[in-house]
Amino acid sequence: MRWESQPLLHVEHLTMRFGGILAIDDLSFAAGRGDITALIGPNGAGKTTVFNCITGFYKPTEGRIAFARKGLASSADVAALTTTGKRHAHMPSGDIYLLERMPDFEISAKAGVARTFQNIRLFQGMTVLENLIVAQHNPLMQASGWTVLGLLGIGPYNKREREAVDKAKFWLDKINLLDRADDAAGELPYGDQRRLEIARAMCTDPVLLCLDEPAAGLNPRESADLNQLLRNLRDEHNTSVLLIEHDMSVVMQISDHVVVLDYGTKIADGTPEAIRNDPKVIAAYLGVADEEEAQAIVGGGA
Amino acid sequence: MTAAPPRPQTLGEKLPQALRETIIAALIAAGLAFPIIALGAEPDINNQLALQTRWSWVFTTILLAAGARFLAFTLETMRSRFVAAAGLLCAAFGLGTWYFAGVADPLLIGGTIVAGAAAIALGYFIDGDADVAPKKRTTVSAQDDTSTALAFIGIGVLVAFPLVMLFAFGEAGSLKWINNYGVQILIFVMLGWGLNIVIGLAGLLDLGYVAFYAVGAYTYALLATHFQLSFWICLPLAGIMAAFWGVLLGFPVLRLRGDYLAIVTLAFGEIIHLVLLNWVELTNGEAGILSIPRITFFGIPFTAEENGFAATFWLEFSPIHRTIFLFYLILALALVTNFATLRLRRLPIGRAWEALREDEIACRSLGINTTNTKLTAFALGAMFGGFAGSFFAVRQGFVNPNSFTFMESVWILAIVVLGGMGSQIGVALAAIVMVGGTELLRELDFLKQLFGPEFNPVQYRMLIFGLAMVLMMIWRPRGFIATRTPSIFLKKRKAVAADLVGEGHG
Ligand SMILES: Nc1ncnc2c1ncn2[C@@H]1O[C@H](COP(=O)(O)OP(=O)(O)OP(=O)(O)O)[C@@H](O)[C@H]1O
Ligand SMILES: [Mg+2]
Repeated sequence: MRWESQPLLHVEHLTMRFGGILAIDDLSFAAGRGDITALIGPNGAGKTTVFNCITGFYKPTEGRIAFARKGLASSADVAALTTTGKRHAHMPSGDIYLLERMPDFEISAKAGVARTFQNIRLFQGMTVLENLIVAQHNPLMQASGWTVLGLLGIGPYNKREREAVDKAKFWLDKINLLDRADDAAGELPYGDQRRLEIARAMCTDPVLLCLDEPAAGLNPRESADLNQLLRNLRDEHNTSVLLIEHDMSVVMQISDHVVVLDYGTKIADGTPEAIRNDPKVIAAYLGVADEEEAQAIVGGGA
Repeated sequence: MTAAPPRPQTLGEKLPQALRETIIAALIAAGLAFPIIALGAEPDINNQLALQTRWSWVFTTILLAAGARFLAFTLETMRSRFVAAAGLLCAAFGLGTWYFAGVADPLLIGGTIVAGAAAIALGYFIDGDADVAPKKRTTVSAQDDTSTALAFIGIGVLVAFPLVMLFAFGEAGSLKWINNYGVQILIFVMLGWGLNIVIGLAGLLDLGYVAFYAVGAYTYALLATHFQLSFWICLPLAGIMAAFWGVLLGFPVLRLRGDYLAIVTLAFGEIIHLVLLNWVELTNGEAGILSIPRITFFGIPFTAEENGFAATFWLEFSPIHRTIFLFYLILALALVTNFATLRLRRLPIGRAWEALREDEIACRSLGINTTNTKLTAFALGAMFGGFAGSFFAVRQGFVNPNSFTFMESVWILAIVVLGGMGSQIGVALAAIVMVGGTELLRELDFLKQLFGPEFNPVQYRMLIFGLAMVLMMIWRPRGFIATRTPSIFLKKRKAVAADLVGEGHG
């Protein structure tokens, strides 16, 4: 159980209120380094809200989100860091960030948490290649001497830009979009846009990749390719993945750890096998009255 | 955004819908026209207000609105547009001669109107059952070599321009061409390019750009009159000062989008204008700052004296030398603006601006500090405005607040929008058309013979450009050059179709 032995993300007592709506209610879970962790639950359960809290787009009403870029986030160190009032420190157990204290762009730039969006957010009017270059903004900005040197044509910018292109080519090759590199991103078919968004997030060299329903709207073949890609990210690129997914066959096939949300609270947490057989999940998940039907949905793809 | 209703496919579907739309437009126009136009009060001979009815005006308004709606509905497909445009021109010509000249030749007038109507009808039927499904989004391949060649030819023509004019029209005759056309257009090209960074690249709608132009102009004027600093020292200072004000404007508007951003920037422009008017100790208020030191040739003044430019270079003194030098100066400044912008587009900051225009949230998810990105866009755009401002001051020799009104901002904005947001060449074309067009209106003296001696075509410039803008928005809503050129490519640079490119926050 890597989420117990090697946690890189600790969500603790997370609460998110929108006016009168309690979207997340005292949610705690951990994600293990090197795991594909699936976050599942019925529509409106609060999954996207959890993502928005982790990636800094929402400031949680209450709770702590500790993230270890390196090492692990041991509870003693996290508690020690919390009392210092800082956002980040190199602690004995690891390189720890408190995400709820950081603005969104720093969570990506410094902590190394990248994400995709439920409704795809590509730079539609820019080419596929440009999308991937924009994702490498921070290192390139540095190479261009914060624009000053780059404007004067001094310094390593041109070389770094070529390297950025090589990296983009690597990812384009990986998602089979190399021959569409010069087309506008908005022109791609839906499935390609989904994969491009993942590649774009990967170009920021994330430690944790958060994917909000990456398989939504994909056909079965594309979905199978996606599974392959996600396993590959985990196994060969040392990227931990946090995944929101409705398709149970995907969840059961590729995830190492499943967290089930309902009405903003956690109702189950464990291995896919444990979740499949959890009576609470079967009873509550999707609000299906008929137990056999629920069993069929939750146990899908087994 | 609401999805567009399915487009009518056949003539049978299109005609009733067109008629329905026309009737709705007519009803709305009637509803609006009645309270606004129908009744009027004017003082009569005894200076008492008398109620007047103006039914004919109401009727005309309704007809115009209905006609315009019908046309607009008809003009939705390509082929019909050209035919209909021709028809519109014919009809306008017919109506125009009838109204202005009072030439009562019913055959001519009736003929043109009928011809126009026929052309519109023709355009209508051509596309009546054509396939009007939304055009497929395609990428057009831009030819790099040709555009580079064109750029070189363009620069060559510009460099040769004053000399050719001098040769062709003599010293007196060429002044108009070099100054009124050349320098004036280039100032607006430069302003357009500066604003293009803010609007075209970063997608931030700035309605107060003239403020930075003013800051640049007054910075030079004040530094030069109080501290006798030379233009070349003041120029960067004016740029820095304007950039500083750009950041100052940037901060409060960081969180604003769209209409709100537009309104605050508009207010900012007005505030600067009012400060210039009312801070009399500093700016000398309405009267402005006079006798600003004129431009020198790197220290050599353009005077008839011993140490003047003409004597130094063994030329015969002529005021045109200064004008020609100013021309080259603004040409150089504009080209610097252009090359800096082109270079910026290839740097991470430029790509971040464009990404910001496309999707701010996605930018933040990729670790881009959108605050800094917006502020640099404001600052750099403002800086070029400031350069242009100090050039303006040194060219005029005096500045006063009247040169920096909201209309000026609108003028620059119109150039950017007309040119195509983000397109350097489009903006240059638009500046030529708009500024050059205004100058051309002054030349249309022959119209006086047609419309009588009081007729001054320049007074109609707003009307004409307003009309031109409306037509542009119908036919080329994204400006002359609507496609976006990618900043980098692997195999082939393909221009991105306009409908894919975002317009930013406002
Ligand atoms: N910005 C917001 N303002 C108000 N309410 C919100 C906001 N964001 C989310 N909510 C509410 O929080 C609840 C959880 O929404 P969330 O989008 O997180 O669900 P989800 O699990 O991602 O659902 P889905 O599977 O449909 O994507 C919903 O009731 C939603 O209406
Ligand atoms: Mg969601």
